[in-house]
Amino acid sequence: MSVGIRTENLKKIYTSAPPVAAGMRVAAARGMAGWRRKKQPIRAVALDGVSLEVRAGEIFGLLGPNGAGKTTTVGILTTRVRPTAGDAWIGEHNVWQQLVRVKRLIGVVPQRPNLDYSLTAREILTFHGAYFQVPPALRARRAAELLERFKLTERANEMLLGFSGGMLQRLSIARAMMHDPEVLFLDEPSAGLDPQTRLLLWDIVREYHARGKTMLLTTHNMEEADALCQRLAIVDHGKIIALGTPQELKQSVPGGFLLQLQFDSPPPEFLHALELLKGVTEVRSRGDGTVYIYADRGGSLVPEVIGVAVQAGVGIRDVHISEPSLENLFLHHTGRSLRE
Amino acid sequence: MNLKTFLAMLARDAHVARRNFLTILIQTLLQPMFFVFIFGRVMTTSGLMSEQYKVLLLPGIIAISMFMSGIMAVAMPLVSEFQFSREIEDRLLAPMEIEWLAVEKVLAGMIQALIAGLVVLPTAWLVMGGVALSTNHLLFFGIIALLVSGLAAAIGLTLGCSVGQIQIGLMFSMVLAPMIFFGCTYYPWRTLDAFPVLQWAVLINPVVYASEGLRGALVPQFPHLSGYLVLIALALFDAAFLFLGLRQFRRKAVS
Repeated sequence: MSVGIRTENLKKIYTSAPPVAAGMRVAAARGMAGWRRKKQPIRAVALDGVSLEVRAGEIFGLLGPNGAGKTTTVGILTTRVRPTAGDAWIGEHNVWQQLVRVKRLIGVVPQRPNLDYSLTAREILTFHGAYFQVPPALRARRAAELLERFKLTERANEMLLGFSGGMLQRLSIARAMMHDPEVLFLDEPSAGLDPQTRLLLWDIVREYHARGKTMLLTTHNMEEADALCQRLAIVDHGKIIALGTPQELKQSVPGGFLLQLQFDSPPPEFLHALELLKGVTEVRSRGDGTVYIYADRGGSLVPEVIGVAVQAGVGIRDVHISEPSLENLFLHHTGRSLRE
Repeated sequence: MNLKTFLAMLARDAHVARRNFLTILIQTLLQPMFFVFIFGRVMTTSGLMSEQYKVLLLPGIIAISMFMSGIMAVAMPLVSEFQFSREIEDRLLAPMEIEWLAVEKVLAGMIQALIAGLVVLPTAWLVMGGVALSTNHLLFFGIIALLVSGLAAAIGLTLGCSVGQIQIGLMFSMVLAPMIFFGCTYYPWRTLDAFPVLQWAVLINPVVYASEGLRGALVPQFPHLSGYLVLIALALFDAAFLFLGLRQFRRKAVS
């Protein structure tokens, strides 16, 4: 049984300070020297009508900068944030009308690990299993397996105080898998992970997906979105601004290819000749022989560039083709870089 | 309501309390014992206070201990679990209506308050060197003890969901200290006859009914408020704080 996710015109307006993880900028902050003046009302629009459908058994990504509304969307779908308007469903269950049913179906990895600091790593898993009525023998076995899989067995019986950020994050993911949920929410799962652990996480996500589970992950890392997600929604200012497979999205950007070339001292007229090639939108020279060509095609442009270079007598030392990227896409849709 | 999940959470709290047993024991026992030793032993033996004072003091000390441990058992973990790390979500996401989590916290706090009372009663009795206690009202004592522990835990829930980490110190000095000092813990309500305004004002303090109730149950020879009044007042305060605490909890749990 795979379970999908659906939202319809979700809106969230915070009228008190939003939770830290939502990363919102509050529009009207409290006045200075507060106690004498009246408090300014807070009104922060976190979501402005988000409708999306995640198919059962799909890995779906929400990509966007900090404060775009990703965490709020996940918060609403995971019963932690009440929407101001709109509806959300996990499978056929309306999230805000059938809370308990929904909670059984979902596993949540929050942006900041919200682990129980009064327990050891193993107890966190076994008690979580107990809350979800996993039988005692099964929860002990499953906890041991997950601890092993996430490379935490050595520290399993320790309290969390000495754990590194990466270990907390891994434990947090293990906990979410403890009751074998049908839908897994991962909010910025690889933030703060070292590259090796990130690859382990990706493997685990793919394995879990192979068992027919649905996953919704948020990220502002394009590489991650590209590597894991079957479909993506790009979110900015509480709205979905683009939706499709990573490939479709990237191809929707005109001039999305980037050719990086290394020449032996290219003269200005040579650069101008490159600009005249078909499909080239922009040519930039860094001055040290490195030239960037933005174009709407990649590989097929290379022989023509070489032709022009041979004609002009300019030597080529290196050629690199970058596929259209989500970074370019975000820039194209918002005029801003994802990293801003 | 999902009984298995509820019991699993209660088991979690019991497990954590067992692990911190020594800390909790010291926290519950030490201060009342100092008080009992100085006022119930040193002052009375030296003749500065009458022998009778220690009889009066014992029910008050039990009330304070139950109150403080019930409040602390619920409020302190809640305050930290609701901080930005939101540890509480670990349990809010369990398949159970979130109000039951608050009820579970109150039940766990009640149990802790009852245990505190059960530990402090004999220890204080020993430290004072024996006090004649009445055993004629054991049922009344039991009901009062249940209501007092429930009240403490419900106040703990309300405070724990209303106070942030930086205001904990303020909570002790502005809320708990006045409640204890104006709670007829160290003196019977009748001794306030000379301060009529204060005497009526303290009646809004639920601790008054706790100490007067315990006094009525354990040392009925001294003046105390009527048992019926105490029962009704405690039941009303229990309900009011549970209602308030649940409302605060709901507000805090879902943003």
